[in-house]
Amino acid sequence: MSADVGAGSRTRPGPGAGTRSWIRKPGRLAADGAAVLIAAVVAFPLYWMVLSAFKPAGEVRSDHPVPWTLSPSLDAFRRVFEQQDFGRYFLNSLLVAGTVVVASALLAFLAATAVARFRFRLRTTLLILFLVAQMVPVEALTIPLFFLMRDIGALNTLFSLILPHLAFSLPFAIWMLRGFVKAVPEALEEQAFIDGASRTRFLWQILFPLVLPGLVATSVFSFISTWNDFLFAKSFIISATENSTLPMALLVFFDTETPDWGGVMAASTVMTVPVLIFFVCVHRRLVSGLGGAVK
Amino acid sequence: MRGRDGARIRRPPVRHGGWTPWLYLAPALVVLAGLLVYPVYQLGLISFLEYTQAQVSGGEPTSFQGLANYRELLGDPQFWDVLLATVVFAAACVLGTVTVGCALAVLLTRVRAVPRLLLMLAALGAWATPAITGSTVWVFLFDPDFGPVNRVLGLGDHSWTYGRYSAFTLVFLEVVWCSFPLVMVVTYAGIRAVPGEVLEAAALDGAGAWRTWRSVLAPMLRPVLIVVTIQSVIWDFKVFTQIYVMTDGGGIADQNLVLNVYAYQKAFASSQYSLGSAIGVVMLLILLAVTLVYLKLLRRNGEEI
Repeated sequence: MSADVGAGSRTRPGPGAGTRSWIRKPGRLAADGAAVLIAAVVAFPLYWMVLSAFKPAGEVRSDHPVPWTLSPSLDAFRRVFEQQDFGRYFLNSLLVAGTVVVASALLAFLAATAVARFRFRLRTTLLILFLVAQMVPVEALTIPLFFLMRDIGALNTLFSLILPHLAFSLPFAIWMLRGFVKAVPEALEEQAFIDGASRTRFLWQILFPLVLPGLVATSVFSFISTWNDFLFAKSFIISATENSTLPMALLVFFDTETPDWGGVMAASTVMTVPVLIFFVCVHRRLVSGLGGAVK
Repeated sequence: MRGRDGARIRRPPVRHGGWTPWLYLAPALVVLAGLLVYPVYQLGLISFLEYTQAQVSGGEPTSFQGLANYRELLGDPQFWDVLLATVVFAAACVLGTVTVGCALAVLLTRVRAVPRLLLMLAALGAWATPAITGSTVWVFLFDPDFGPVNRVLGLGDHSWTYGRYSAFTLVFLEVVWCSFPLVMVVTYAGIRAVPGEVLEAAALDGAGAWRTWRSVLAPMLRPVLIVVTIQSVIWDFKVFTQIYVMTDGGGIADQNLVLNVYAYQKAFASSQYSLGSAIGVVMLLILLAVTLVYLKLLRRNGEEI
């Protein structure tokens, strides 16, 4: 990995190939230092969140907060899980996000296959519509969706959260999956037909497993937006608090007059960790998937 | 990656599947029609009606108001104030996000593996943080009594959410923090795809980092930069969670309202559903204009949709 990598002899630039050759050595130490420093600054809020969640109450409410704790405690987590139906909210959130992820992945897979592997009338129009649909300000639709949910009797149920999120995550998922479906060689499909596979068989037994990594990457976005939602939860789950979700519980702790910061940070940690795990697992595919989606 | 590069060269599919594509599309289209298109239509409809608490729960008949709601909205100085704040705030966020993202992408190409990994991981962490927990954490960091930031900066018990601009600044910092990673990662991937000879030539000609970026990388990465900029415009114009959580629903005396929160408050806090819908329609129109510009830029770049 020296600076004089013969970039010219390569047909495909590998990670960092060539880009490193325009670096001048004296500036490098400064650049390294800056990168580490910036990484620390960027990571600091998350560090502080986890740290404060483990600090005993007295240290959280100290006038002179220190970036460490000598007596970590689980009190804040205990408060969070005991004070309310937090476990239940966690499960509700997981159920809603899980359903949305699975359903939107399946629907988006079918739709992306249609637009990526077939030519038909209105295809371009549909694609543009999928793009436009991503621009719709979701929050503004809370008003008509509220009336819709009321009319179909879904208010106060988890369906009132699942259905809108399914709809809002679909356009982006289709748009992004298209690249992954396109990347599967067409020859494979022809071969499958020659071997006597039906269209359905090809779709589920050959194409689906091949696109699965892309599907997982796409799911991150539907997962995050659903997991993060508090607006629909706040507006559609009015009286049935047993159907509430995590963000609502977090907001209860985040009472602006006298917030229980330890509790808020513990609840925030509990909410952030599943997403972090999901993210770390798929981030490689995510990056390549974004490359496909934005091109 | 390799497969996609191949796909871009290959001709588009030419199969005519008869009804098959429509069969595949049907489930998604049904969901979108019912839960996206229909609500958008309803949003437009409600904005032309008189729709308040009396109609929602009192069973009073709705009446057609024509453009009266829009007239009321456009005649309200608060609306113009909020619109201006939204545009300026979104512009600042986009500028901040894209600048930080691009600068760090360039930095990533100039450092060794370990610092690069650290910065990547930190950025992934910020990216993965849900907007709502990001908001609570940033408010806590800047808390006048127990937050570390005021201690470090020696600001005493200065309240960041009290003043209009300092509250917007706080939200701005959080938005940039959670949205620069996407720009950074995508731009970094773009820079890595630039042939090494180009950068070598620039270095031989004595170009520094800034000059290389301005004259070589930025023009080559134009398509990528357009996409991330437009995406940021769309996201930052619609920002809701951060403002709602960090400034407690729009700040002291509504000083930190942006259009999205304004529409929500009008509808659900003061039950003026038609005014809220009218604001939603205005947002929709503005974002539609942005989308059209986006499509035009995509076309000009010769992208095949």
